[in-house]
Amino acid sequence: MAQDDNTAQGDNDIPLMQKILDNHFLLLFLGVTIPAVLYTVWGIVDIMSIPLAK
Amino acid sequence: MSETTYRICPRSGMQFDTKAEKLMRWNAVAGVLALLVGGIMALGVILTRWPSVKLLDAETFYLVLTAHGVDMLLVWIIFFEMAVLYFTSSTLLRCRLATPGWAWVQFWLMAIGAVIGNVAILSGNSSVMFTSYAPMQASHWFYLGIILFAVGALIGCFVFMGTLVVAQRDKTYEGSIPLVTFGALTACIIAIFTLLQGAAILVPTWLWSLGVVKEIDALAYRMMWWGLGHSSQQINVAAHVAVWYLIAGVVLGAKPLSEKVSRMAYFMYILFLQLASAHHLLSDPGMSSEWKVLNTSYFMYFAVMASMIHGFTVPGAIEAAQRKKGFTNGMFEWLRKAPWGNPVFSGMFISLVSFGFIGGITGVVLGTEQLNMLMHNTFYVPGHFHATVVSGTTLAFMSLTYLLIPILFKREIAFPKMAQAQPFVFGGSMAVLTVVMMGAGTLGVSRRHWDMAFSGAPFQYEWPGAAYLMMGMTGFFGVLACIGGAMFLIVTVGSLLIGKKLDDGQISATCTPHPKGSVSDRATAHGDAEHVAVPGTVALAMLLLATFVLYYFVNWKYLSEVWGLS
Amino acid sequence: MSALLPPSQRNWFKQPIDKMEWLWIGLAFVWGMILFFMMIYWHINGKQNLSNETYKSTREMYSAKAEKWVAENTVRKETEREIPVVKAKPGEDVYLIARLWEWWPIVEMEKGQTYRVHLYSMDYNHGFSLQPTNINIQVVPGYEHVVKMTPNQAGTFAIVCNEFCGIGHHSMLGRIYVK
Repeated sequence: MAQDDNTAQGDNDIPLMQKILDNHFLLLFLGVTIPAVLYTVWGIVDIMSIPLAK
Repeated sequence: MSETTYRICPRSGMQFDTKAEKLMRWNAVAGVLALLVGGIMALGVILTRWPSVKLLDAETFYLVLTAHGVDMLLVWIIFFEMAVLYFTSSTLLRCRLATPGWAWVQFWLMAIGAVIGNVAILSGNSSVMFTSYAPMQASHWFYLGIILFAVGALIGCFVFMGTLVVAQRDKTYEGSIPLVTFGALTACIIAIFTLLQGAAILVPTWLWSLGVVKEIDALAYRMMWWGLGHSSQQINVAAHVAVWYLIAGVVLGAKPLSEKVSRMAYFMYILFLQLASAHHLLSDPGMSSEWKVLNTSYFMYFAVMASMIHGFTVPGAIEAAQRKKGFTNGMFEWLRKAPWGNPVFSGMFISLVSFGFIGGITGVVLGTEQLNMLMHNTFYVPGHFHATVVSGTTLAFMSLTYLLIPILFKREIAFPKMAQAQPFVFGGSMAVLTVVMMGAGTLGVSRRHWDMAFSGAPFQYEWPGAAYLMMGMTGFFGVLACIGGAMFLIVTVGSLLIGKKLDDGQISATCTPHPKGSVSDRATAHGDAEHVAVPGTVALAMLLLATFVLYYFVNWKYLSEVWGLS
Repeated sequence: MSALLPPSQRNWFKQPIDKMEWLWIGLAFVWGMILFFMMIYWHINGKQNLSNETYKSTREMYSAKAEKWVAENTVRKETEREIPVVKAKPGEDVYLIARLWEWWPIVEMEKGQTYRVHLYSMDYNHGFSLQPTNINIQVVPGYEHVVKMTPNQAGTFAIVCNEFCGIGHHSMLGRIYVK
């Protein structure tokens, strides 16, 4: 039981996806970066690229 | 290592860190106070938009509308969510709350922020609406209040994350966190994005109101602000879905049909739900169609799919649990014989149905790039979000309050008959209210508008008679909904003040595991329900899908008939 | 502790999913794809798409353009406020000004013709809500939005401001005649 993650038993049988879902800080990272890139950064790029009026 | 003590609730077997439970109580009470203030404001709003009543003058109306928005959408809901976060972490994981000191900083920052914001609004120089679109400027106190509130909430989110770490390290649970806590984690992650986004726009706007920053770009403000304004409502979605699972588990012993499916659905929320902030910019200049389409669709509707999955698995879990109890006749005996007399259940189920059928479907229609032009800034928009935030979130939180009054506040519910009727009065009138609001919006009636008769305008425009009818119904059912809200406040405040005191239960210095078979066990147990067919849920789901498809294409038909636009 | 969490369920990710649940997930996925591609389809084949033509502009630049256009094309004045009625030329530009608290000027269009309608706000956010046809567009200060519009009915149309813009918001009404 010396693993550092939270799974106490049968660790090797646990599928990767379940491990991802159990990794709370990885989820936090994804949940902040994905919208920050797709919504915020892309949105700023869109606004910055609006041309000046003739 | 911890100086706190733990109370085991004799009614539920739930274990409360005594420091955390005080925080839960204070946050919940602060939320309910905000609900009271926001509810009084709601009455002002509704009685003014009721064309034949038109209670307030324009200036007061916009002031009251601003206060209603801020107190309901931010203060009530986020305070209550803080209580939910502490409950789903320290209580459901049976561990101590990380850094209760910081949690008090959360509480006081939010409380002070809420007071400052309200005073700024009520003093009359900040009637800028909840959205406070620059360059319309509020008093700098208004922005400061919201910033303090947001920073407080952010601290609360980190206390929650810290508590997950504590529980993991102290091994108070094994394997994965319970599904309900996972839902709260989803809400927390969305909240962190939301609040960071809010800080990124409100801090410069505050400096602008102080004269330090010269100009705020109006379009960039809208884009950044909606990352706060809409995402904060997505916190609610994640939180109230968690509350649905919690109540289904506690009241009926329902287990999710499949842990994997439910958690993957939450995962879709974590990744994509925040993108829907674009819903408010679909009819804006300057944002590209590619950006609009990808963001408004939560990256190809994966979050809608997730909501549809929750909408299936929550009633499915209830049906499976009921069938196991022997309610197996026909398609719907499980539903007919559900505990409708228990406001915890009835409120939760009305919340589920209203959110799915009214709020969810209209949200997708409203959030379709081109269809949005039919409804942008019309009365349809508040109609839609009252179906999500009020029928969905607020009603779910009200049900949770009924559950928590004996467990957390150690009081018997005062006025049990009123509590029984409340979800039906509130949920029923809110369902009609939201539908007629959207009806008026479909006819073009504007939101945030004091006078349908356009007094003082150089010429006239006469709304269709049906629009007046819808607005009259909005007034009537709005008042009814306010009565339903007042019933909730009477029951809650009454219970806290004069409800019969219940015993504390035993207090110990160490954490203990869940007693087998107790309410707390049911709320946190892992694993899927054993296989039971759920034909009733399948029928409900198909009805939802059919309604969805029909309503969606009706709107395209409607769009195809308006002026050509390109 | 472990009584609460049966080891067989510890690995919940490999639990089988019920047939009906799979069916619903499949339906939800397919429906989501239809929702998504419907927007793209409408961009290609639909006749109502909001234009992406936008320019950053200033009050001075825009009002110079708009006032020149109004001065050259005014056919008469209406109401006590003497609001100019401007006859728009099919296929050409129309300049609308949104400001506290009016939509200016009044425009005359012809049914079935296409116009390049410029929308610009001089101060706060405003709303372009064309009634009773019910088209709603956000007007954001600093950004000149060019929307090609093709009226498909004759009549008198109102432009209701549907973005809150202060105390006189409810009196902000504009007009378009379509012949």
